[in-house]
Amino acid sequence: MSEGISQPDQPQPIEAHAGDKDLFSKFDDIIALREGLLSQGREDPFNLVMEKVLSPTRAICNGRETILLGTYNYMGMTFDPDVVEAGKQALADFGTGTTGSRVLNGTYQGHKECEEALRDFYQMDHAMVFSTGYQANLGIISTIAGKGDYIVLDIDSHASIWDGCAMGQAEVVPFKHNDIEAMEKRLKRIPEGAGKLVILEGVYSMLGDIAPLKEMVAIAKKYGAMVLVDEAHSMGFIGENGRGVVEDAGVIDDVDFIIGTFSKSVGTVGGFCVSNHPKFEIMRLVCRPYVFTASLPPSVVATAATSIRKLMHGSNKRAHLWENSKNLHKGLRDLGFKLGTDEPQSAIIAVIMPDLEKGAHMWETLIRNGLYVNLARPPATPAGMTLLRCSLCAEHSEEEVGQILEIFEKSGKETGII
Amino acid sequence: MDRAEVDTKIRALIEPFNKKRVEIREETTFQNDLEFDSLTVMDFVAEIEDEFDIIISMNQQAEIENYGQLVDAVHKLQADA
Repeated sequence: MSEGISQPDQPQPIEAHAGDKDLFSKFDDIIALREGLLSQGREDPFNLVMEKVLSPTRAICNGRETILLGTYNYMGMTFDPDVVEAGKQALADFGTGTTGSRVLNGTYQGHKECEEALRDFYQMDHAMVFSTGYQANLGIISTIAGKGDYIVLDIDSHASIWDGCAMGQAEVVPFKHNDIEAMEKRLKRIPEGAGKLVILEGVYSMLGDIAPLKEMVAIAKKYGAMVLVDEAHSMGFIGENGRGVVEDAGVIDDVDFIIGTFSKSVGTVGGFCVSNHPKFEIMRLVCRPYVFTASLPPSVVATAATSIRKLMHGSNKRAHLWENSKNLHKGLRDLGFKLGTDEPQSAIIAVIMPDLEKGAHMWETLIRNGLYVNLARPPATPAGMTLLRCSLCAEHSEEEVGQILEIFEKSGKETGII
Repeated sequence: MDRAEVDTKIRALIEPFNKKRVEIREETTFQNDLEFDSLTVMDFVAEIEDEFDIIISMNQQAEIENYGQLVDAVHKLQADA
């Protein structure tokens, strides 16, 4: 669950109106819903423009200086001087883009160095860089799980996972979110001899809750399934070396594939898969979303490689980010807000709103008072909840977290939510 | 288990999900008549899977639009299992 505004991550069929020749008529309901929301005179939560970005935690949004509490810039690497310098140098030395696929003319020195940085970061044998995180899931899942294979996955999986499943045409068997028993029952019923892939996420980005990976990975292995874990929201932060929930749960050696992204803690754009599978390198030839797209620009892989290497030594930042997460969670709970998790489990704190109208009002009040959070609303959310998703950054100072709580208190009282 | 027995069991399972007390006939659709959303579908499918000890994958679910098709599919799946 994630970035979808008017659609859930799990793809839903949109029915065409019979007899209508305009192919756009199937979107009429969504158009009406959106116009309804905007006609209430609210600031459009999904049309925010950042005119100026001052730092990883501050920007000028719609003319106002705003504290950013809704980005995925968890480790605050976007303005790191070494990272910026590496990007500038690569831009000067290698130009603006590769204009080619990784398998043709699109592999530069920088792409190799970036994959080397990932192998060192995860202590794994193989690393493969994709042009986006979405393509990493789409490519790996659709390529390894084909017709006749079975994919067992959490119902709250990200859109890129669902789309990878659909593209590969494997049999798709979802289970209730984080339900260990439901997962085991489904694995048990898969016909003997069929290929099995279990797909889990370290951190689920809607509520910021983590998966019980220790138990789940053990069960997946018991039934002979391969395991893929998407660690997009935990890389750099969770685990002693920032390798994610798999590291924290002590199961990193039992998972077959870790999928990650450069567009969160790493601070740029791109996606990757790391693995110890002895045949992994063949993926470069058979994975269509890897082959049939242009590779990342040299400046992007240079910033990514530099950032990944710095994240290896980020234990102080990790500790500070945990402090921020704990302080914000406790502060919001003490103010009387309802939160998505009883304890802080990641850098995401989800504040549960009573309904969509009050949630939209609260979002607008927060932005007027200088705080940006993510508004997540049905149908993109689990169980039809309206959430204000707060994602913290290691560069938020303790004082800033205090300011954030003051803005929440003021806005909560203005809107009558607390 | 014959089709009638499968039908009886599914009728019992569907009861708590049939909030609007829609009359269940062979041609009753899940999306339009029963207005099941994706979460309801997941819970309902899980109940059926547990009862009959089968898997109804999403690919198979996509082919099932009405009640009669569901009974047919479950009847076949539990016979094959």
